[in-house]
Amino acid sequence: MELKDLYREIVNEHNLHPSHKGDMEQPSMILNGVNPSCGDDIYLQLKLDENDMVVDGMFNGSGCAISQASADMMLDVIIGKSKDEALKLAETFMGMVRSTADPSEFEALEEAAALESIAHMPARVKCATLGWKTMQRMLRDGESETPVSTENE
Amino acid sequence: MLDVNAIRADFPILQDPRYVYFDNAATSQRPRQVLEAIDSFYRTTNANPLRGLYEWSVGATEAYEQARHTVAEHVNAKEDCEIIFVRNATEALNLVAYSYAMTNVQEGDEIVVTVLEHHSNLLPWQMVADAKKAKLIFLEPQEDGIITEEMLKSAITSKTKIVAMTMVSNVLGKVTPVANAAKLVHAAGAVLVLDGAQGVPHQAVDVQKLDCDFLSFSGHKMLGPMGIGALYAKKALLEKMPPFLRGGEMIEYVTRNSATYAELPHKFEAGTVNAADAVGMAAGIKYLQQVGFEEIEAQEQKLVSILLEGMKQLPYVQVYGPADAALHSGIVTFNIEGCHPHDISTVLDDEHIAIRAGHHCAQPLMEYLQEKCHMEFRATARASVYFYNTEEEAHRFIDAMGKIRKWLGF
Ligand SMILES: Cc1ncc(COP(=O)(O)O)c(C=O)c1O
Repeated sequence: MELKDLYREIVNEHNLHPSHKGDMEQPSMILNGVNPSCGDDIYLQLKLDENDMVVDGMFNGSGCAISQASADMMLDVIIGKSKDEALKLAETFMGMVRSTADPSEFEALEEAAALESIAHMPARVKCATLGWKTMQRMLRDGESETPVSTENE
Repeated sequence: MLDVNAIRADFPILQDPRYVYFDNAATSQRPRQVLEAIDSFYRTTNANPLRGLYEWSVGATEAYEQARHTVAEHVNAKEDCEIIFVRNATEALNLVAYSYAMTNVQEGDEIVVTVLEHHSNLLPWQMVADAKKAKLIFLEPQEDGIITEEMLKSAITSKTKIVAMTMVSNVLGKVTPVANAAKLVHAAGAVLVLDGAQGVPHQAVDVQKLDCDFLSFSGHKMLGPMGIGALYAKKALLEKMPPFLRGGEMIEYVTRNSATYAELPHKFEAGTVNAADAVGMAAGIKYLQQVGFEEIEAQEQKLVSILLEGMKQLPYVQVYGPADAALHSGIVTFNIEGCHPHDISTVLDDEHIAIRAGHHCAQPLMEYLQEKCHMEFRATARASVYFYNTEEEAHRFIDAMGKIRKWLGF
């Protein structure tokens, strides 16, 4: 997708009118993710039920449109998925924006698959992956309330 | 009047008219004269300088020392040996910190810096302050970025040992009280370290008139190659300073357990030197001299005026730094309401316009601006021009600026 189309059709909407931005009541986990070099900064909040299903999620913070839109789109896909499914999607997303994943898997990312062209903008990969990395650290590593950084990749 | 088209013809990378390069404060472009000088060094006289006793090595040594002479003359150093070749401004400042400051700063002393500093002129002093239990004193600018002589005066005390200050801020332009700083600093018995990384490429610099003790600059921001830069330092100080790096070339006599050091400047140039790039840096300086700093400054000012005027017409744009175009030194730092600088840079890149976005290696300044000027993000966008940029490019940039908010969904 052409860059300006990507912004116009996908990124701007999620950045300016996010569905999942704000603070939620009683999240099971909360984690701060930062890109110090960009000033991207998000607080990801997830609610999991007793079967490890992601039943709700929100993010708060500020940053570039790509970091904010990507976090919003991520929550669109992972809410209603199991912890394992969410982690599998994170792998797919990370692989997609680094051009190492199999394109046949991108469909599972739903709208987030539109960020595929970020792979051609290496400087923006960190922005796109901030939400996903933060989610990985929460669900895979059990981190909560500690900052996660995507610097030094 | 500058014949910009004739100048541009010298720069191979500027031949594609689709591209507007407005990130000159990060690194400049190089004219063919510089590329040819480097090429010619390797083709005709390459050998290890200062070591061999044969024709090519002698030629390499001569070329290298001639380059030093060009640099020395350019900043009006009294003697060539007051110029130490280093990799860049960062290394020059680290040399001063490790060699001068670590031997002269004691517990309880004060090092004065400004909030504007590039990390290169901050982290070395943080290191010294930590190691020596000295105190870092920060000068904070007015809202327009300017630090007055009065502010500097009141920051200097009898405990001040070093004042380290940029000549030109890579974010805000010419905003520090450089002209009379040395008098104030020396009156307190301290030394003045000027970071000339953004100053030396854009204005005639006379170290004797400035009376600074140290001046750092990088070749790559002034038409030269990457990987070469210089430290100017007063000879009397250099003579008393211990070596920074140790090894080959910088010695006089070595036994199993001891060494004596070579004369200046070689005492500070350990290992095989970067002669080819020093020659390239000198070629860049000669090019700048031929164009002339009056012309260079006039062209930069003209372009900055177009940018400032154009941005004034866009109500959602905030410009940082002084109102006077003459103080910008080619740098215009700005933000657009609602738009993160990285997104601004990304959509401009789609128009083949290159600018810098982010914290510009000046995070304390970003934090300060965020508070003082109510910035939305802890980052800014920066367009920086050089004398080879054209009015047409400036207008193209302003046209694109007018569309950014639309591209980003507003
Ligand atoms: C004001 C200032 N100081 C120091 C530096 C460091 O220069 P270099 O990266 O060439 O060492 C820069 C360049 O980015 C600068 O703008």
